[in-house]
Amino acid sequence: MSGHVVPIKTYLLIFFALMVLTAATTGAAFIDMGFWNTPVALAIAATKMILVVLFFMHAKYTHGLTQVVILCGFFFLALLVAFTLADELTRHWGPQPTSWSAMNAILLHAKLLF
Amino acid sequence: MSDAAVHNDHAHAHPPGFAHQFETMDQQRESATMGMWVFLVTEILFFGGLFGSYIVYRALYHDSFEIGSNLLNIRFGAANTIVLIGSSLTMALAIHAAQAGKKAREQMMWLLLTIILGAIFLAVKFTFEWTADYHEHLIPGFGFVVRPEWHAAGPHVPIFFCFYFFMTGLHALHMIVGIPILLVMTWMASRNKFNADYNAPLENTGLYWHFVDIVWIFLFPLLYLVGGRWGTH
Repeated sequence: MSGHVVPIKTYLLIFFALMVLTAATTGAAFIDMGFWNTPVALAIAATKMILVVLFFMHAKYTHGLTQVVILCGFFFLALLVAFTLADELTRHWGPQPTSWSAMNAILLHAKLLF
Repeated sequence: MSDAAVHNDHAHAHPPGFAHQFETMDQQRESATMGMWVFLVTEILFFGGLFGSYIVYRALYHDSFEIGSNLLNIRFGAANTIVLIGSSLTMALAIHAAQAGKKAREQMMWLLLTIILGAIFLAVKFTFEWTADYHEHLIPGFGFVVRPEWHAAGPHVPIFFCFYFFMTGLHALHMIVGIPILLVMTWMASRNKFNADYNAPLENTGLYWHFVDIVWIFLFPLLYLVGGRWGTH
C-alpha cells in the first residue's frame, strides 16, 4: 500500500462544509451589505476553492514540488490580473490625447519625446 | 532461454501498471500528478483571461452588471452548484474506492453517478437557463432587446451577458469534454485497470473534474449573486 488514502469521513465532512458555504453565499446575496457584498461572496468562494484543492484534489497530501506548481498557478493568475488592472486603473491619471498631434504635444511637455 | 526467464522474473517483480522508466511506484504517481497540475495551471490562465476582463468591465459598467446579474435565475444557479459539488464528491469517492482496493463495481458506480450529476448540470444549464434567456431576448447577437426600465445602464447590459455566455459556455465545454473521459474511466474500471497501487488515470480525471467544479464555484457568485437580490424578489 502506497500513497495517502483520505478516509471517506473526511470527504463527507468537506462536502457538508461546501454545502453550508453554498447556502451562506446564496443567503448573503439577499442581504444589503453595501460595498461588502462582493468581498464576502469572493471570500466564501475562495474558502470553498481551498477546501476542494486541499482535500478533494489531495493537495494537502501531495509532494512538495507539486504544491509549488499549484501555487505557481495562482501566482501567474495574480500577475495576469495585477498587470491588467495596473494599465486599466491608471488610464485616467494623465491627460487624454484626442489625436496623434495632441499626443505629441503631451509627450513633448512631459519631456518623453525629444 | 535463460534470458527470457530472467525477463519474466523482472516483469513479475513489478506491480501491474508500473512503467519501466520510473524508479518507484511513488515517483510514477507523483510525476503523473504534477504533470496534470502543470496542465491545470494553463487552464487557470485560460479561464483567468475571462476572469480578468470580467473585473475590468464590471468596474467600468457596474450598474449594467448588477441589472444583468439579477436577470439570471438564482434557483437554477444554486441548484446546479449543489449538483456539481455533489459530482465532485462522487468523483472523490470513485478514486477512494480504487485507492482502498475496492472492487471494480464500486469504482464504476461512483463514476456513473458522477456522469449522471454532470449531465443533470448541463441539462439544467442548456434546457432551462439558456432556453429561457433566448425567449427573454437576453442573448447578445440573437435578438437582444434592451429594456427601457434599465435606463442609462441599458446599452451595456449585453456586455454582462457576453461574459455570462462565454464563461458558462467555456465551463460547459469543459464538462462536455469531461463526461466522455469519465466514460473511458468507467470502461477502464470495468476491465479492472485500477487498484491501490495504480490509479493515475482516475486520479488525474478527478483533478480535472474538481478543477471544473472550482471554476463554477467562482462563476456562481460572480454571475448570479453580484447584483444583490434584496430589491428584486
